[in-house]
Amino acid sequence: MAEDNILSVRGLHVDFETNDGVVHAVKGIDIDVKPGETVAIVGESGSGKSQTMMAMMGLLASNGRARGSARYRDKELIGLPERQLNHVRGEKITMIFQEPMTSLDPLYRIGRQIAEPLIHHRGMSRSQARARVIELLKLVGIPDPERRIDAYPHEMSGGQRQRVMIAMALANDPDMLIADEPTTALDVTIQAQILKLLAELQRKLGMAIVFITHDLGIVRRFADRVYVMRSGEVVESGETESLFASPRHSYTKMLLSAEPTGRKEPPVPDAPILLEGHNVEVVFRAGGGFFGGAELELRAVDRISLALRKGQTIGIVGESGSGKSTLGRALLRLLPSEGAIRFEARDISNADKGEMRPLRKELQLVFQDPFGSLSPRLTVGQVVTEGLLVHEPSLGARERDRRAIEALKEVGLDPVMRNRYPHEFSGGQRQRIAIARAMILKPKVVVLDEPTSALDRSVQKQIVELLRDLQKAHGLSYLFISHDLAVVRAMADYLVVMKQGKIVEEGPTEEIFDNPSHSYTQTLMAAAVDQTRFRQLDLHTG
Amino acid sequence: MFAYVLRRFVGAVPTLFIIITIAFFMIRLAPGGPFDLERPLDPLIMQNLERAYNFDKPLWQQYLIYLGNLAQGDLGPSFTRRDFSVVDLFRTGLPVSIRIGSLALSLALVIGVVLGAWAALRQNTWVDYMVVGTATFGITIPTFVIAPLLSLGFGVMMGWLPAGGWGTWKHMVLPVTTLALPQIAIIARLTRGATIEALRSNHVRTARAYGLPSHVVVGVHALRAAILPVVSYLGPAAAALLTGSVVVETIFGIPGIGRYFVQGALGRDYTLVMGTVVVIAVFVIVFNLVVDILYAWLDPRVRYD
Repeated sequence: MAEDNILSVRGLHVDFETNDGVVHAVKGIDIDVKPGETVAIVGESGSGKSQTMMAMMGLLASNGRARGSARYRDKELIGLPERQLNHVRGEKITMIFQEPMTSLDPLYRIGRQIAEPLIHHRGMSRSQARARVIELLKLVGIPDPERRIDAYPHEMSGGQRQRVMIAMALANDPDMLIADEPTTALDVTIQAQILKLLAELQRKLGMAIVFITHDLGIVRRFADRVYVMRSGEVVESGETESLFASPRHSYTKMLLSAEPTGRKEPPVPDAPILLEGHNVEVVFRAGGGFFGGAELELRAVDRISLALRKGQTIGIVGESGSGKSTLGRALLRLLPSEGAIRFEARDISNADKGEMRPLRKELQLVFQDPFGSLSPRLTVGQVVTEGLLVHEPSLGARERDRRAIEALKEVGLDPVMRNRYPHEFSGGQRQRIAIARAMILKPKVVVLDEPTSALDRSVQKQIVELLRDLQKAHGLSYLFISHDLAVVRAMADYLVVMKQGKIVEEGPTEEIFDNPSHSYTQTLMAAAVDQTRFRQLDLHTG
Repeated sequence: MFAYVLRRFVGAVPTLFIIITIAFFMIRLAPGGPFDLERPLDPLIMQNLERAYNFDKPLWQQYLIYLGNLAQGDLGPSFTRRDFSVVDLFRTGLPVSIRIGSLALSLALVIGVVLGAWAALRQNTWVDYMVVGTATFGITIPTFVIAPLLSLGFGVMMGWLPAGGWGTWKHMVLPVTTLALPQIAIIARLTRGATIEALRSNHVRTARAYGLPSHVVVGVHALRAAILPVVSYLGPAAAALLTGSVVVETIFGIPGIGRYFVQGALGRDYTLVMGTVVVIAVFVIVFNLVVDILYAWLDPRVRYD
């Protein structure tokens, strides 16, 4: 049986030497891959799933060490000299990465980059390679390949760049393709296209695929077998069907039930309108003037009207670049905009900084990136109470501390930790800190800009529940900006779908989910359904 | 592209105008004048001289006259070297300064980039520590300390090279070295940092994952990215070399324009100082434009139109 494997990993360890001592990222795992098979390695961030593959491919960071065995057919990869390893990677085993925007060299045309492995492994001439590259670009569905072959990466979208990476991966007809979170950085509709492409190519070309992912939807749809990893160990493995049907390990069970559940009840019908925008318009201008050349105009938000009631959550969905974050910022008057904005029936469209300052307490914002939005040089207690210094300067230090304890307790953090610094916390904990920072001011409206997008599914679920509890307890109104329909469905009672700065569809959340009328909404839903509602639909293609 | 270059040139006119205006009035604020000698001149002669050079007119008129002449390419007569016009002096001095400056810049680029890349590829080894240590040391020592030390050591004590003066290639070694040393240090540090960053970047990881030989990974993918910050530094480097040449030419007694700047300023040779300011300003502006065009050629993400 073992001889059939093209890859067999035995007792693989990966250690990183850090300033805080040695970190064991992978703790002696076994993995097998048979020819033509699709294997998924699932786990949350930090579980060691990527490092396993990096170790095998000799791509660990300079402080990383691999021990154990990883055999590709008869060749031991761990400890193989680079020159010999180079006959395997790029030729027999290829990889595509999570970051399509940065994985290609920005300084060279894509044609040249796809050609490089062909020239180095197959000894092709430049013109032979070029013909093959055009063929490959056609294969991965890049339109007009004869022209696009000379494009630079920055001239392509994220989805197209990932197609280029796939073309590069297929160039030498590999035995095995490692796909490290290949769709995580892409919009849902693009994700669906890339996954479909990979499945088709595998059927056509017959290589084995190792999917590294945190997304169980992908696993269910594509993988023959699954390895579930948690803190450097494989906790469970098996055939996809049986593993999904009867997970044995508690961690697998937790992952499977990690999708946000529950629905938000709409507010009482006559709840007062808190924040209202009428024909809000945000235009970004670039260039113009003497040095800038022709003036460019980007209408990021195009005459949008919106009314947020007390206790209501409006979900704003759309893909990247649709203007949803810009709209949120414009409504809080953090960006200059046209049109009328009213808060508690008072016109704030033209309020200056001084007039806005007392209102800032009522209008809070929580950002997507829990790593970048907390100052690394302040303790958590200081981060959380900073707003009090501005809005309630009369409070003494003792009273501020009491409020910090209260706020941290409310978001489910141990207040003992308030003297630590943000980097000592996990992503989910940091997002709780960011929420505590907003809640301590007792706001009326909170704009939540993708607050769960950078988090693992199981953590997302907890944050969604926390936000809903806080809303119920304090009668808050949320503007919830997200591209993740599963999360929006659990959070919002009213939905606004945006595309290119315009609202293409709006209405009560369940109505839109049950009966999307605009074609764009339908595409979004279809793409999301594939991945997030896999339990109801059997899309497994075998 | 042509439109961009044209726009940059037109844009340089106000910059140049402001520089000239500030320099013109600043040098006039300094006490004394070009004809003040230890033994005062006969008042009648002084009057004649002042009339001949328009010094009897109000300052704003002198300013307009200077601008008018400048527009015709006339930088005026030199006051301290009475037989020469400023243009004459530059005709002989500028080639000397340009030769020293371009040699120093080329030397700094080649050695700096090689040292920096070498240190980056051997990060945290003795090579790295040595390059970084020497570079840090090199940056901290000013030109006016290195120049006399080199002149004393290699010129006077060892007698290997001329301690000063101008003529053969041997005369160039010490001044070019003096000018290049701090630039080598800065460029080496820049290259090291940029190379280390490039080696960690995702696209270099891709190149390695595809089994490309390491000379391709480093030479084609990492170094081209690493060279970009060095290219942007060339503009400031050229300016630094010009100011450095003022000191170096004075200490080694080289007949370049840097020396005129010092002599002109001390002797209140208004037109010579102004001439040097104009030439250096034009040079820095043009050089920066060339650097920007070079950058766009190296980095396809940057396009001017």
